Amino acid sequence: MSNVPDDLKYSKEHEWVRADGDVVTIGITQFAQEQLGDVVFVELPEKGATVRQFSSLGVVESVKAASDIYAPISGEVVERNVKVIEKPELVNSAPYGDGWMIRVRLADKAELAQLLSPDDYRSHIGETAGAGGD
Amino acid sequence: MAAEAPTMRRTPLYEKHAELGAKMVPFAGYEMPIQYEGIVAEHRAVRGQAGLFDLSHMGEFFLKGRGAGATLDRLVSSDIAGLAVGQARYGLLTNERGTIVDDVIVYRISEVEYMVVVNAANIAKDRAHVLARLAEDVAFDDRSYGTALVAIQGPRAVEILASQSDADVQALASFGVTQARVAGARATVARTGYTGEDGFEIFVTSADAAKVWDALLAAGRAAGVKPIGLGARDTLRLEARFSLYGNDIDETIDPIEAGLAWTCKLDKDFTGRDVIAAKKAEGPKRKLAGLVVQGGVARHGHEVTQNGDVVGHVTSGTYGPTVEKNIALAYVPTPLSKLGTVLAVRIRGKDVPATVVKTPFYRRPE
Repeated sequence: MSNVPDDLKYSKEHEWVRADGDVVTIGITQFAQEQLGDVVFVELPEKGATVRQFSSLGVVESVKAASDIYAPISGEVVERNVKVIEKPELVNSAPYGDGWMIRVRLADKAELAQLLSPDDYRSHIGETAGAGGD
Repeated sequence: MAAEAPTMRRTPLYEKHAELGAKMVPFAGYEMPIQYEGIVAEHRAVRGQAGLFDLSHMGEFFLKGRGAGATLDRLVSSDIAGLAVGQARYGLLTNERGTIVDDVIVYRISEVEYMVVVNAANIAKDRAHVLARLAEDVAFDDRSYGTALVAIQGPRAVEILASQSDADVQALASFGVTQARVAGARATVARTGYTGEDGFEIFVTSADAAKVWDALLAAGRAAGVKPIGLGARDTLRLEARFSLYGNDIDETIDPIEAGLAWTCKLDKDFTGRDVIAAKKAEGPKRKLAGLVVQGGVARHGHEVTQNGDVVGHVTSGTYGPTVEKNIALAYVPTPLSKLGTVLAVRIRGKDVPATVVKTPFYRRPE
């Protein structure tokens, strides 16, 4: 079973959001990194850039393939994780910790309501994993 | 023939892959393991210790008869007439246009019998190609679907195989081939591979595949042997700059531009020889160059640019776990293939710097 922490919100595209006042932290889930395999490259927006909910904010590349990271919420990038750019394997080893991607100043708090709860996300990946025929 | 059957084929080791938790993908009509533990860990196991591969999807043709050697010498670009019994050689099946039908290894099994190992995706095409050019005194037998191929590759491969074989595999030369027993099964054992490491390819009947696989995995456990999927097979071969048919070479490519002139014995007669000799004499317009990409992973099909102009395209690209760089092969105009030339690869609309470097990207320590 994939690790789905209870204190986070999730997108169907397998990003997580940690809300902490106006600023939220964004990363990709344990399930996502397992599907990707060894991550070898991460491309993230610069500080000051604007991201839009459900639009691509960057890319993770594994040995196998490149995958978009979608912004689970809209807002301005206040920080990007330089450590994960230097050591992309952090996405595999600590997807909810040192492998986070960016921090964003929320443009619209109401967008958080459009994200999945941990339970909803668990059943979402249950379906996805089932369809994948693992 | 069942060759074109729409359903996915399984190798005789399918159950083993399932037990080992492999992720399976469709490849050349087969359900094949792409990875077990992870591509990087598997790649490093082969470079550092040893890895076990199921390559049973590959095709095996047997040509037998007094004219077999002469027939193959005309079909294949390299010096097949010069093969002694017990030797193997890499070469190309070429067509009349001087382009590449497939890349193969020809093994001389006995005075009058040769085995040709072809790419899985090309079995039907190659069979037709060979049959159309076969001399009357040569018997052709496509045993692709009854033959399993298990490869063991890496610095510890020789000792692991030696413990399970009655043959003196230590003494087998590189590109040597011999008949032996492996885990009790009758096998054709060759010191060949596709990883850039020392290693062996073991051909057995499908019925014996599981026995050989299990024995080598168990015997190699202490040495750190791991099962290796197609994902690491690709990163290993690319670091060693081995061509992948369908990516780097195909029927639109000639051996000269592909950097495979060394496989063409131009002072003998073979299919397409005159065209290839002429191309060599005039010099290729484009060349397959090695690139190191700074910032992003180049992939098959990406454009190569210079000052914003598209000048070529990437045929293979990955992160190389041993060289720890993003590496690629790309066709570029010959003047731009000079070592040190700075080009770019267009990755998601952005031109990322890439430098032409010497290949192979990785060479195993002597």
